[in-house]
Amino acid sequence: MKFSVMISEGPYTHQASDTAYHFTKAALEDGHECFRIFFYHDGVNNGTRLASPPQDDRNIVNRWSELAKEYKLDLVLCIAAAQRRGIADADEAKRNGKNADNIAPGFRISGLGQLIEAGIQSDRLVTFGD
Amino acid sequence: MSQLHTVNKSPLERNTLESAIAHAIKGNALLMIEDGVYGAMQGTHKSAIVSNAMSDISFYVMGPDLKARGIDEKRIIDGIKIVDYSDFVALVAEHDVTQSWL
Repeated sequence: MKFSVMISEGPYTHQASDTAYHFTKAALEDGHECFRIFFYHDGVNNGTRLASPPQDDRNIVNRWSELAKEYKLDLVLCIAAAQRRGIADADEAKRNGKNADNIAPGFRISGLGQLIEAGIQSDRLVTFGD
Repeated sequence: MSQLHTVNKSPLERNTLESAIAHAIKGNALLMIEDGVYGAMQGTHKSAIVSNAMSDISFYVMGPDLKARGIDEKRIIDGIKIVDYSDFVALVAEHDVTQSWL
């Protein structure tokens, strides 16, 4: 079955990022397909490579990047939410006159249409948030 | 249409468990995750809401989240099934839609 996931909570806030990760990983390990993971609102904070959690804590950002690499996942950050929260790729940084970008490997920035498409193309869309 | 409801906050903190139960129809399933697992405990002043709905709704609770909170499985209301992430995926697949009560 084809799944998509929407995450609207930042990492290390409550538990939505963790639940979403474990849900996605279980789905993939059980042979399901993941069409897209869409990060909305504070969820875009899952996609900054500047996060440096303590070594004895889970690294939520790297965990997504590694899962994306292993399963070729499409991790999409909402552009409007990302702009507000200072998450940028090279193009966005340039367009907004910033001197650096911070998007983590495996993530890309795009629009809300990607969430709508995920809802249409997937058999199931599951939301994790606060 | 079969529907799965997920609740991720304690019924002592928010009213999402009560809302989910009020909106669920016969044959729906409800999964308690994260702090929502407190809703599965016996002897709280919200336990009756779950017990009274059990004839119509199938209740599930996330085992790893119970464990993380030190809640012994013996303290769970009889009839609630304890599941893991793979079971969560299966529940989503089994039902036509999943409604996350946030």
